[in-house]
Amino acid sequence: MSVASTPVPAQAPRAKGAGTDERVGGVRLVVRLLQRPELGALLGAVAVYILFASVDSTPGHRFSSIAGMQNWTDAASSYGIMAVAVAMLMIGGEFDLSAGVMTGTSGLLLGMLITRYQLNVWLGIVIVLAFAAAIGVMNGLLVIRTKLPSFIITLATFFVLRGMNVGVTLLLTNTVRFDVSDNAPGFDSAQTILGGTFLAPYNFQDAVLWWIALTVVATWILNRTTFGNWIYAVGGDSNAARAVGVPVARTKVLLFMGTAMSAALVGIMVALRYKGIQSGQGVGQEFFYIIAAVVGGCLLTGGYGSAIGASIGALIIGFAQIGIIFANWDPNWYYTFLGVILFLAVGVNTLVRRRAASARR
Amino acid sequence: MSQGTAASTGGPPLLEVRTVSKYFGNVIALHDVSMQVRAGEVTCVLGDNGAGKSTLIKILSGVHSYDEGEFLVEGRKVHFGGPRDARAAGISVVFQDLATVPLMSIWRNFFLGSEPTSGYGPTRHLNVRFAKKVMREELRKMGIDVRDPDQPVGTLSGGERQAVAIARAVYFGAKVLILDEPTSALGVRQSGIVLKYVIQARERGLGVIFITHNPHHAYPVGDRFVLLNRGRLMGSFAKSETSLAELTQMMAGGEELERLSKELEKMATEPELEQVARELAEEAGGKPA
Repeated sequence: MSVASTPVPAQAPRAKGAGTDERVGGVRLVVRLLQRPELGALLGAVAVYILFASVDSTPGHRFSSIAGMQNWTDAASSYGIMAVAVAMLMIGGEFDLSAGVMTGTSGLLLGMLITRYQLNVWLGIVIVLAFAAAIGVMNGLLVIRTKLPSFIITLATFFVLRGMNVGVTLLLTNTVRFDVSDNAPGFDSAQTILGGTFLAPYNFQDAVLWWIALTVVATWILNRTTFGNWIYAVGGDSNAARAVGVPVARTKVLLFMGTAMSAALVGIMVALRYKGIQSGQGVGQEFFYIIAAVVGGCLLTGGYGSAIGASIGALIIGFAQIGIIFANWDPNWYYTFLGVILFLAVGVNTLVRRRAASARR
Repeated sequence: MSQGTAASTGGPPLLEVRTVSKYFGNVIALHDVSMQVRAGEVTCVLGDNGAGKSTLIKILSGVHSYDEGEFLVEGRKVHFGGPRDARAAGISVVFQDLATVPLMSIWRNFFLGSEPTSGYGPTRHLNVRFAKKVMREELRKMGIDVRDPDQPVGTLSGGERQAVAIARAVYFGAKVLILDEPTSALGVRQSGIVLKYVIQARERGLGVIFITHNPHHAYPVGDRFVLLNRGRLMGSFAKSETSLAELTQMMAGGEELERLSKELEKMATEPELEQVARELAEEAGGKPA
């Protein structure tokens, strides 16, 4: 995926007098579609859906039914919420390996605040979000101040939090789990909004709605706001961005806050839905977020990608997770499958983008 | 040295430096350099590597302050605190790397850092239509007809990218345009295109400072020539006072070139190397060795 940083020089805008006929039609729709970062992911998602719909061994072909849809949207939604935030950060040129473990940290903190300190659930949620924001600021400032790769900084954060999650939980509960009491004030309303279901007999998870909403908001931010312009710029070439007055540090810190707070949202949802949370929650998930973002067309080198693409990437992960179970395959192949998908997506995206860059003349 | 040639137009020049010096510790980066830039004129700053060209640009663009001398913008003495001050005074630099983001579209690059928005509060958003329209108009003034404003800047040629950077500087109020080695990384044809933009900017009434080490690029477009060598002013000429051959010779330091050509001749065992030595000698003295 790191290929497109040296795009093929095309000769599209020419000096006057080069003849106007050839550009009367403008850029063809096909070429315009090919330029979209999410195209490869969309084609991939269709292919993966067809694959698992056809190998489905459940009675009544559950995978392609609405009940099956409930299953794979549920699986995809928590990846999706994170993938959108991680994609924005990746477009901004950085990684956050602590994003997975942050879901655990946030859920455990909520459990601690509610169960141990008897706080109102909503107040607990506000504190957890503020805590996550602070972790995001810390990650961002460390990356900017030390000028070290965010890969290393957030790897350190990841391990610090991972140890703390288990250590603190053991100290306080003598178990590896924090319960969230449903007697706590505000629990019912919070669970309805963050950990409940909708569309009665099928019971889709609330998280699906949050996922869709976040995808829409992120897409709008990326494409239609000044801040979105800055995200692409700091990821594409931070020196150039700085030279024209883009606040590079502020942009990156906000993006790190975005991933940490999205992780908090997912952690809160898990804690409310299952009325408790395991201390190992989220560990290892950070790679799924990155896979979803990259499958969705994000460049590892930054400056290119989309939120919709990342969501489609998360959907593919959801398809695979549920599809493999329904196909009655050994679930261990799930990882192999995702590895192959990642490999293919990287190849297809690179090819598509190269073609799109050279097709326009 | 001299304050340059007689002023061709009345009023103070857009930009003028008088005997400025800049020291880094005990290293003399620039010593007693004077030059002026008038609207509708191209002032070429020529010098080999290490001549002090970049120190001079950095002073003019507010990156460095100066230690001695005077710096006047439209007749008023200034002391810039940073690049932002220089930009506010209408002095814009188009850097060698152009400060464009290759993967971003032309219109996004054009307005990067100064995005036009409409709406208020949470509905505040980029005014895409306005941005595309202005970008198209401004590039058309430079003779470029953009077919697709969403095209990534990275797919443009070096010359076209230069045009985007120049058009952007002009649109955001530049009166003095400093072009830092705009042709150094380009081929012959692309260099020609950039020289065309230099002339266009001049014709639109801007004062242009064209920094280069190539007199063949400077001479055709320049109105004045300022030569730097080892941080000092070697000469300052109007076009009528000098010729391309003279400029080339002064720039490379005629004697030095002659010595180089002799050395090469001694070492020359291959005909190609002898040819190079002959050419050097020609450049140095104007006659074959």
